[in-house]
Amino acid sequence: MTNTPEGSKRPITTSAIGIGLATGAYGLSFGAISVASGLSTLQTQTLSLLMFTGASQFALVGVLGAGGGVIAAVLTAWLLGARNGLYALHLAPTLNLRGLLKPVAAQLTIDESTAMSIANDHTPAHSRHAFWATGISVYLLWNVGTLLGALGASAIGDPAVLGLDAAIPAGFLALLWPRLRDRTAWAIAAGGATVALVLTPLTRSGVPVLASALIAVFAGYHLRDRT
Amino acid sequence: MIWAAVLLGSLGCYLEKLFGFILPPTLLDRPMIRSVAALLPIAMLSALVAVQTFGDGQSLVIDARLAGVAVAVVALLLRAPFLVVVLAAAISAALLRALGVAS
Repeated sequence: MTNTPEGSKRPITTSAIGIGLATGAYGLSFGAISVASGLSTLQTQTLSLLMFTGASQFALVGVLGAGGGVIAAVLTAWLLGARNGLYALHLAPTLNLRGLLKPVAAQLTIDESTAMSIANDHTPAHSRHAFWATGISVYLLWNVGTLLGALGASAIGDPAVLGLDAAIPAGFLALLWPRLRDRTAWAIAAGGATVALVLTPLTRSGVPVLASALIAVFAGYHLRDRT
Repeated sequence: MIWAAVLLGSLGCYLEKLFGFILPPTLLDRPMIRSVAALLPIAMLSALVAVQTFGDGQSLVIDARLAGVAVAVVALLLRAPFLVVVLAAAISAALLRALGVAS
């Protein structure tokens, strides 16, 4: 990395590796939970390689594992992944990409790379470096973590005995936790959970989680001038 | 069937990312789009927590998973990293079952 008048990029690279290692640990739990939900190691790894967006991956295997079916699983993953499109819209002017770099950058556009890019936007060069360093680091370590987790879970037995079925909601909770920053977020979380629980006995598996998206649409419509 | 979900889900999630680099950035000026996309993960992750804690097919049950999630809350309050939160939930649920306290 070259030094620029605005400061070295090395601290950014170091942070990017640290974030990658932390995300690799998420990857371990994703790999284990995915296999415990009934996916093969290859299917699990394909998700981490191709889908590469944690919340959608956890949701897809969670809905499939609960018997929600393909359509509900796919729709849930898509809705949860919609925010990555917003990140990309936001990042596009800074990254200023041409040609083949666009489809590559698209795959690396996730919570972590976007947050690091925005946190280092004192110069466009630093912002770009933060995006690429974090995106690549997280991509590699998330996939390594997934593989180790999937192989580990394949080696052990009945998930219920091990309590892996409790790890699934705990994983979703850990993804939700940092987003509960204000009263609006808590209210929407409470609304989403309530809708899902009320609908669970009434609809087929997979529908309750999809229906909770309506809470976000409703609240988003009413809060559109406040965000 | 699982492969269909894996591949379709991945394709859609990738296209969402790619469209962001292709579509005009002025889409961000629409407050409704911004605010719904920011709120979707909150509503849906919370719904997933609820369904995966209490759901058993179409019925709602209280079992060792709830204790696991309660332990996860404590771990999150203590700022534990993701893997610790998930492991703490799994181990506490497994322990309760091993002791015959919960199903």
